[in-house]
Amino acid sequence: MGSTSSTLSKIPNADELIQETGFTSAHLARLFERFEALDKDKKGYLSPQDFEAIKELALNPICDRIIGAFFSSGQEMLDFSSFVRILAHFRPIDNNRTKEPNSPDPINSRINKLKFAFQLYDQDKDGKISRNELLQVLRAMLEKQVTEEQLESIADRTIQEADLDRDDAISFEEFRKSLEKVNIDHKMSIRFLR
Amino acid sequence: MPYSTVLTLLEAIILICDALAEGQIDEASQTLQLHSETNLTNAFIVKVQWQHVENPYLVVIWILVAGVAKMSVVQLNTRLKSFFPESGLLIICGFILGGIVWGADKAQTFKLTPRNFFYFLLPQIILDTGYFMPNKLFFSNLGAILVHAVIGTVWNAGAVGVSLWGCWLGGAMGDLNIGLLQFLLFGSLLAAVDPVAVIAVFEEVHVNEVLFIWVFGESLLNDGVTVVLYNVFDAFVSLGGEKINAGEIIKGIVSFFVVSFGGSAIGVIFAIIISLLTKYTGKVQIIEAGFIFVLGYLSYLTAEMLSLSAILSVTFCGVCCQKYVNANMDEKSVTAVRYAMKVFANGSETMIFVFLGVTAIDSVIWVWNTGFICLTILFAIIYRFIGVFTLTWFLNQYRLVPIEVIDQLVMSYGGLRGAVAYGLAASLDETRIPEKNLIISTTLIVVYFTVVIQGLTMKPIVKWLKVKRVEPTDLKLIEKVNNRACEHVLAAMEDIVGRIGDNWWTRGWKRFEDTYITWFLMKPEARKNRDYLFSIFHKLNMEDAVNYVTEGEKRGSLGFLRSGEGTNVDFEKKHGMEFSGVMPDITSELDFGIDNVPVTSIRNPVPSVSLDIHEQDMKSMSEDFNAHHLLQQNLYRSRKNHRHKYSRSDFTINQSEDEVQEIFQRTMRNRLESFKSAKMGVTPVKKITKHPKPNHKMSNVKTTDKSYPYGDEDFEFSEADSAYSGDGAAARGSPPVRAPPYSLGGGIENPAFMPEMDTPPPPWLTEAETNTGVAPSQRAQRQLPWSPTNLRRLAPLRLSNRSTDSFVMADVAAAPDSSDESPKEPSEEERDGQRDGTHM
Repeated sequence: MGSTSSTLSKIPNADELIQETGFTSAHLARLFERFEALDKDKKGYLSPQDFEAIKELALNPICDRIIGAFFSSGQEMLDFSSFVRILAHFRPIDNNRTKEPNSPDPINSRINKLKFAFQLYDQDKDGKISRNELLQVLRAMLEKQVTEEQLESIADRTIQEADLDRDDAISFEEFRKSLEKVNIDHKMSIRFLR
Repeated sequence: MPYSTVLTLLEAIILICDALAEGQIDEASQTLQLHSETNLTNAFIVKVQWQHVENPYLVVIWILVAGVAKMSVVQLNTRLKSFFPESGLLIICGFILGGIVWGADKAQTFKLTPRNFFYFLLPQIILDTGYFMPNKLFFSNLGAILVHAVIGTVWNAGAVGVSLWGCWLGGAMGDLNIGLLQFLLFGSLLAAVDPVAVIAVFEEVHVNEVLFIWVFGESLLNDGVTVVLYNVFDAFVSLGGEKINAGEIIKGIVSFFVVSFGGSAIGVIFAIIISLLTKYTGKVQIIEAGFIFVLGYLSYLTAEMLSLSAILSVTFCGVCCQKYVNANMDEKSVTAVRYAMKVFANGSETMIFVFLGVTAIDSVIWVWNTGFICLTILFAIIYRFIGVFTLTWFLNQYRLVPIEVIDQLVMSYGGLRGAVAYGLAASLDETRIPEKNLIISTTLIVVYFTVVIQGLTMKPIVKWLKVKRVEPTDLKLIEKVNNRACEHVLAAMEDIVGRIGDNWWTRGWKRFEDTYITWFLMKPEARKNRDYLFSIFHKLNMEDAVNYVTEGEKRGSLGFLRSGEGTNVDFEKKHGMEFSGVMPDITSELDFGIDNVPVTSIRNPVPSVSLDIHEQDMKSMSEDFNAHHLLQQNLYRSRKNHRHKYSRSDFTINQSEDEVQEIFQRTMRNRLESFKSAKMGVTPVKKITKHPKPNHKMSNVKTTDKSYPYGDEDFEFSEADSAYSGDGAAARGSPPVRAPPYSLGGGIENPAFMPEMDTPPPPWLTEAETNTGVAPSQRAQRQLPWSPTNLRRLAPLRLSNRSTDSFVMADVAAAPDSSDESPKEPSEEERDGQRDGTHM
């Protein structure tokens, strides 16, 4: 496609990105268009404000967490390659791609998907979801239908279920173990338009 | 004909049953008339009036027979390791029964008539499936289901019809008075996968949920197509080939949309009516369960009356009303509906299969035509495979997670035909279709072939192909929490990527539902408590509570809980045995959803025999009360449930003398130790080293898990808090910390129940070296089993429509007593000042 290749030429190190994320060039071109559309001031990077400007996203109860996940390294600028790398978490796992023995896990592997979910809870990045952190997420998600007291009970029970070493917090290992039966591929994948 | 009216009325009352020959009503009423004219002279003391009761009597007898057949089939099946599908065995039972009847009467007296099937047997099965439809799964796969149901069915009908016609032209079937249109009509009645057969077979196989919903959804939704195809070709046949023009065909296509969307719309309308009705049944809860059935049936009949798709109508009625109805109705009614629904559906399913067998024993309908029959089976299977594979290939292009080839195989193989096809075949008009009997017998053979042979081989094939099955998993709150988070994340990602996808639609609908629909259809009280996560939480707690009680009763009586401390522990085994028999059922019942009813039937002081209908209401009050009592006695402590010790399958009652002895000794030791420690005010330090859970959530204390400065004081009780803090202090009455030995998944810790922490853990849960730390007397003094204070503890957690205000008030009033007697001792926890007293 002509438009695809012309868009691709604008993307710096497009080939590496395709290699790394597993997106097709059509995907990449499409995401680049979206990136440019989000980048209202044409500054070449996205700021948290750009995300907040997405109307639907602003209504999301845990939108600050999600936006935060894009800016996890603390800086306020998100260039296209990081943007794509984060979105690549949500690519469905492809079975037929032969995995080279030495290559690292692809970004969209189960473990990486889980890691992404985990860091949404783990605000202080100490590798553990504390009761407070969980409570914050729960509070946002359950909104006003549940009293604070009930919320805490839910948080307690949730931690209790996962907490293997009884430190009243969920480490990533515990998180992974307790979600072993969940089909994360289904829960953490979206379809990208070509 | 007054008698016939009465009989018809009776028939209507016994909805599930009427499986008798249609003509018999008239016959019966005629004989009845004769009867009443002739016998006027003598007075009788006892007289057998068989004619009076013949019809309903036979109906009920048949129900009984079918029930017994089912029972024996299940019995037999367990011995055969469920190798045979139940439906197939029931059909074979039907053969035998039909043979017996035939042997007695030398003619076929009973058979499945289309009228009885479509009006009295089918509706409740479909209502049941709609009502228990996993909505989320269903709607998220709706597109694929529709593609299969519509295109797949049309393809099957057309391909089978045309191919048979071709073979007939080729001379494979000998001399038959039949044409292309008749073949197409036959193809269309045979095209549809049958919901009854699919449910019956797939229920036993437990394939993965996506596969299940595809087959199952297809079998339900293809009814619209089947009805239209059938009607259209039926009309074409009566029109005759040459009068069919483009206009008629377009009419047929339009009628497809009218029939299916019209049918669905009728269902939705009735669902709204049901929801609205149950919204206002607060005062007469006893009848609300009835509304579901009456209106569900009415939706079926209405759609039938308007010649729309009745199956679609009742399906959507069930699908749409379930959520609101369950929220609006009292929990007992919800259970009642659930149960009754299953009883009706199971009953008619059994009847259908038995009568499919009985029907076959008839010399009239059997017209054998090897070519026709074999080719039909062959084509039905082949085109099913082709259709499924082609459509799924297309769908896979757009699916996030493609359907695997193995799943497609099973899906094709699961294309079972059933009683719907037979019903349609039997209602053909003999004058227009001369080969009606051949069609009926072929349909029956296809049905037997698919249900018995394919049903029989389904399980081995699923096993052999290693089809992904549903793994029975324990419900986990963390999974649910994370799923919720994932939903939000996915929706957000779609927003960021700028694509309108499934999650976008789901979320949009949720918002719309939250703002408008729940407001319109739900009781205001019900609206508050319906958060999904919370209901899961509640359900888990209920399970724990029931487990706890079961376990307690298995090991002895829970009586000591009420009567104070270990002194009068009475190990009354009798109770324990009784209840442990009851409890397992209840636990499994809980799997269906959220209800805290089950525990109620226990310790019910109201006599179970009563002639007053309304006593049910009163009884329910006291049952509630009992449930409250029972639960509040036990629920709060479930966190100490050593769940790994509880095996649901292990019901061996190992209450040997040794064990009783052991429990007794443990209790004594605990009491001695607690006595000692209370006296000396010292704690064995080893118990404090690990304190995984803050013991006193009632004051919303947040603890950090790092350190527990023992000297931290706990005096700042706010006014509103005093009752709880009092309890809390009582819980910590003596310094020995009760470090609860708790394990993963070992239950809950719930602030709502925590105030009762001063009760000692039951002896079997107390590790030998654990200190109970509470002087026995405290517990005994404070125990007011029926006081509102106790009741209140359950109140916020119940998903109930009752106000909790009065309890709260009573609680405040009762506060001083409890706080007075509880010594305010230093607490070992640190608080971070986040207490906010929201629980009041």
